[in-house]
Amino acid sequence: MARHVVAASSEIAPGDRKLVDAGGRAIVIFNLGGEFFALANRCPHQAGELHKGKLCGLVRSPEPGVYEYTREGEMIRCPWHSWEFDVRTGKSWCDPARIRTRRYDVKVEHGADLVEGPYVAETFKVAIENDYLVIDV
Amino acid sequence: MTRESLHPDPERATNRLCVIDCDIHPKTSMEDLKPFMARHWWDTLDTFGARPRHGFASGFPYPKAQPQAARRDSWPPSGGLPGSDLKFMRDQLLDFYDLDYGIMNFLSPTGQGFQNSDLSVAMAYAANEAARVRWTGPEKRLKASIVVPYEDGEESAKEITRLAGMPDYVQVQMLSRTSELAGKKRYWPIYEAASAHGLPVSFHVFGYSGWPSTSGGWASYYIEEMAEHCTSCQSLLASLVIEGVFERFPRLKVVLIEAGFAWLPALAYRLDRNWLRLRAETPHLKRRPSEYIREHVFVTTQPMEEPEKPEHLMDVLDWIGFDRILFATDYPHWDFDDPRHALPAALTPSQRRMILSENARKLYGFP
Amino acid sequence: MIAAIMPSTAVKPALETPLNAIDCDVHPNVPNLRALIPYMEPYWRDSIVDRGIDAIDSASYPPNSPLTARADWRDADKRVATRVEDVQKHVFDGLGADIAILNSLYGVQLVLNEDMARAFTRALNDWVRAEWLDRDPRLRASIILPMHNVEHAVDELERCAGDHRFVQAMMLVGGETPLGRRHYWPIYERLEKLGLPLGVHAGSSYRNPVTSLGWPSYYMEDYTAQAQGFQSQLTSLITEGVFAHCPGLKVVLMESGVTWLPGFMWRLQKFWRGLRFETPWVDRPPMDIVRDNVRLTMQPLDAPDDPEIVARLIDHFNSDDMLLFASDYPHWQFDGAAAMPAGISAALARKIKVDNPLATYPRLRETTA
Repeated sequence: MARHVVAASSEIAPGDRKLVDAGGRAIVIFNLGGEFFALANRCPHQAGELHKGKLCGLVRSPEPGVYEYTREGEMIRCPWHSWEFDVRTGKSWCDPARIRTRRYDVKVEHGADLVEGPYVAETFKVAIENDYLVIDV
Repeated sequence: MTRESLHPDPERATNRLCVIDCDIHPKTSMEDLKPFMARHWWDTLDTFGARPRHGFASGFPYPKAQPQAARRDSWPPSGGLPGSDLKFMRDQLLDFYDLDYGIMNFLSPTGQGFQNSDLSVAMAYAANEAARVRWTGPEKRLKASIVVPYEDGEESAKEITRLAGMPDYVQVQMLSRTSELAGKKRYWPIYEAASAHGLPVSFHVFGYSGWPSTSGGWASYYIEEMAEHCTSCQSLLASLVIEGVFERFPRLKVVLIEAGFAWLPALAYRLDRNWLRLRAETPHLKRRPSEYIREHVFVTTQPMEEPEKPEHLMDVLDWIGFDRILFATDYPHWDFDDPRHALPAALTPSQRRMILSENARKLYGFP
Repeated sequence: MIAAIMPSTAVKPALETPLNAIDCDVHPNVPNLRALIPYMEPYWRDSIVDRGIDAIDSASYPPNSPLTARADWRDADKRVATRVEDVQKHVFDGLGADIAILNSLYGVQLVLNEDMARAFTRALNDWVRAEWLDRDPRLRASIILPMHNVEHAVDELERCAGDHRFVQAMMLVGGETPLGRRHYWPIYERLEKLGLPLGVHAGSSYRNPVTSLGWPSYYMEDYTAQAQGFQSQLTSLITEGVFAHCPGLKVVLMESGVTWLPGFMWRLQKFWRGLRFETPWVDRPPMDIVRDNVRLTMQPLDAPDDPEIVARLIDHFNSDDMLLFASDYPHWQFDGAAAMPAGISAALARKIKVDNPLATYPRLRETTA
């Protein structure tokens, strides 16, 4: 397992997402109100690229005709067939036990710590005064 | 050097996936059609609107699940609608999958099925002219379907005859939701002209028949409209068979596009059983319904059937016949199928090749 | 005021031996409208005579069509299935059934005047009770519902449900609005409470063309299109949320084949994965809902004769619980006594003939345990 510095945390605003490369893996990082989550960019169905999908809320219903719309912006719909994945877990809504996209741990680290540590920022320069997103792969 | 010469023997070519995509939706704009339409029709559209057989002045009775029913990644960086930018279509489809050919079916604007058939005639002409200017001229891998104003059989036949000699056009395109069942005599001039010129007739799902969306009345949801394509295509195909269209036009080939296909064996079995009981009513039929279907009907794969157990899909493909199945992506629409992932893993290399390209190569006469 | 039908005292049939088969779709024929007159209130009785109303048979089954009645089941005078003796001879003796569920297809559901439709439907249910159920303890029946007025349908359900020989309620697949629509739900709520399945049978009230592309030329298209009607109605029942609202409701699809179901559900289930946000009350895979709540009668079987293909087709259900034995008497779906197709194992055949019907119809269990 290697740790990859993939982006400055300021690059992804709340509600936004960014496609990053972590040691050759395409990973999409989401910012949900200041919390960061990372998923494999590939839909397990036909390999649609999730970072091009639509972020929506979770709609559930206790009774036909009643629409409970919660967790706005926390479900990513694949840009192709609209399967929904929970950004926090990578699990699909339709079949959470079997259909999921891989979830990665993502941490916010200070540039100062990273510069001293054994980490590699592969594509950009780390400045000690900024925060960075680090993924274990 | 032609493309084919790069791959003289597909069998031995490296790992290249030979693909012919039998359902691509390029977006021609109204502006593209304008040079080919009389001022009167342009003014009519502008003043009174298109008036298809439903009640919405614009938009659809069943709102789509996403804008333009398109893949969300298919909006061209140049800013137009999905499918409108040839360069982007090359990047995302033609070059990306290295397609041998792509068959274009035009959904809108084409004028098909409008309440005013004369307007349909004028728009179909313009759509067919624009197809050459915008698509088949600049891109030789793209082949067009001839848009016919199908509610007017005679005018449709004229349009087929006008264009049939040009290599740009490889089939005749109808929509599945005609105002009457497709086997009725009013549509026969289309089948006659198409089979005279050796062109398959395709029925692409959608359109508006004007009738309730189900035999039990109007459904409520888009998902029901999508599911209903299977049922209307069953009725459509039953009509073609039972009315004797394939007896009358023995060289006619029909392609059902985007209708699914798992329903086809059950329909054929059902028709055969019913025909055994009821054939006194249809003396014009000389063979079992399933025989006409086996001989004359092709289906496209997209949106691919996804059973609970993959081996069940192999049964269905086998019952339909591996030589009757044509691969399609439906680009740029949301229920797009990727040729690398959509087909069942259990297909033999030969079956896979038939579905991905060889069946279409034969049907459309591609080199 | 029409009297409620009271529970019969002669409910329990004398069935000492284990059951051989429960025939879930048998059609008693009303010989003519006058046969129902004794079961009508005076106003309607006189209307029939005064207005010369003499035929409400449905075009779904042209009386002389070969499919409408198997030739060897017709009398010399061409009548078929108009008397209890006909069912005794051909279904109980001929096909070896121990119990038969009567589903009348008389055209009461086509009647456009809703009060007349209610009166005729009541008379039909009373006729079935008096002239059939009372004459053979092996008979059961469906309560025919007058569907174009939901209050009337609920009333008729309440009126008849006390008699436990009525084991389900029945409507036609081709109605005015899709069967999932919420205005029908009072009927479904009541059925769920009563433990009565909803039977949906081939046939149409002809409020809409039998295809979504208009009226076909040939009867064969009409009869073939019934299966499309079932596909649409099943979609409607699922997507509108009937089974979310009434999870205990069983729906039995009758007389339009069975092999269309798996393939159709593949499609619906695939679309559901991407479109479920539109109907969020459908919160589990549609095929799971169908396996829990939907049953189908076996004839006519939309399959070839090849037993191997039959076996594959049935395997596509991924369930042994869904199919119910039915002869569809007197409709001509098979010859001889071959109501069960080749290709079905003995164990599955047993389930289809006895266990599945008993599991589907709680009232059959009351009287056959």
